[in-house]
Amino acid sequence: MSIKVTALAKHFDKQKAVDGISFEAKPGRILGFLGPNGAGKSTTMRMLTGYLAPTSGSASLCGYDSQTQNLEMRKIMGYLPENTPLYMDMYVKEFLLFVANTYNLKDAALKVEETIKRVGLTAEQHKKIAMLSKGYKQRVGLAQAIIHNPEVLILDEPTSGLDPNQLSEIRDLIKSLGKDKTVILSTHIMQEVEAICDDVIIINMGNIVANDSIVDLKEKYDGIGLEEIFRKLTTK
Amino acid sequence: MYAVFKRELFSLLNSMMAYITIGIFLLAMGLLLWFFPDTAILDYGYAELTVFFSLAPFLFMFLIPAITMRSFAEERREGTYILLATRPLTDWQIILAKYWACFVLVLCALIPTLIYYYSVSQLGLPQGNIDGGAVTGSYIGLLLLGAAFTAIGIFASSVTKNQVIAFAVAVFLCFITYRGFDAMSQIFALQYFEAAFLALSVNEHYQSISRGVLDTRDLVYFVSFVVLFLGLTRLVIGGRKW
Repeated sequence: MSIKVTALAKHFDKQKAVDGISFEAKPGRILGFLGPNGAGKSTTMRMLTGYLAPTSGSASLCGYDSQTQNLEMRKIMGYLPENTPLYMDMYVKEFLLFVANTYNLKDAALKVEETIKRVGLTAEQHKKIAMLSKGYKQRVGLAQAIIHNPEVLILDEPTSGLDPNQLSEIRDLIKSLGKDKTVILSTHIMQEVEAICDDVIIINMGNIVANDSIVDLKEKYDGIGLEEIFRKLTTK
Repeated sequence: MYAVFKRELFSLLNSMMAYITIGIFLLAMGLLLWFFPDTAILDYGYAELTVFFSLAPFLFMFLIPAITMRSFAEERREGTYILLATRPLTDWQIILAKYWACFVLVLCALIPTLIYYYSVSQLGLPQGNIDGGAVTGSYIGLLLLGAAFTAIGIFASSVTKNQVIAFAVAVFLCFITYRGFDAMSQIFALQYFEAAFLALSVNEHYQSISRGVLDTRDLVYFVSFVVLFLGLTRLVIGGRKW
């Protein structure tokens, strides 16, 4: 198992943002992490990366514990944070070279070029990040997450705010990345889940309400659409 | 760590702010040292730089917080800190990289002032009649003082999202540690603690180094001062309440 989460919980004062969830994810599959706003998706992802310390429970990526073996874990993990924060004052190439250097990659300049090609930034590679449109910023965000060829990819709303053309390009990219890596992505667009994910986890108010492959989940609910299943499970 | 240091330094050098603050620092220093009659070396009549070394800490009080204020505050506001925190870097590496980048910029502000040394030594009678030992000692003192103020600035920047608050807090802390402890040691009611307050005062240790004698006590003081404030920064960063 490359992602293993056991009884993970995060409490902010009295509010239970994540309330003891457990799940696993396998390599070569894309896991969709669904839930209404404020359900605890981003909090869970931040705990997976080790950025937030859990109140209780544990998470591990490829056998590295997110708290005790954090430094080793960060080397095999790629993370796209929510809202794609980037250093706006840097140039695309400069930023990616900086990221490559924080991993001490060999042939950093070559890796930067490959990654730029892979995410389709070639035309914009000499621009300042602040000058890019939202879709291209999102690509820079993806590029910084995959530049060191991580085994686990954690993507927090990778397609928010993209136009339909960009959407399908980014989806194809994620799909191709999912072939040999473990990918977990959060979203609230149901069509997207159906288009690219193999498995889904739906969480609501910090608890898991569904954890299945898409095919099995649909079978369980007599073939109704994913959107209706989502509505059924998250409005009570 | 080198990658972060490089990014920080370049981003400081790419912003107009660094040049403007350093420019204002040098301009103010030049005016005070050569034109304003109360402090001008030419009116003073002796070929020495004591005026420079007694004014520099007060200008540093504003220059250094202006350089350091963005280091953590901006990352918090823009949400980019998570980019650094999820790389294989320890908190200490991030803090030290930012610290050294700011310190290098302080050095850049200080290097042009060597011209004053040259000018004053040329103006001496006979030419070159200046106490080189005292000046060297004072420069070392000023560097250590800059290192201490930079640590305060980095700490102040880590406690808030707002750069203006970071600046204000840093100026206040610099002033208190530089002059505040001195002033407290002179309060009559606290005279039993006079020695303790003086030992805590930046000014006291700065003056002591400026005399040209490098005492290990002063060195230990400045090193522990920097370690203390960077350690506090580590506590704030590690708490991750944001």
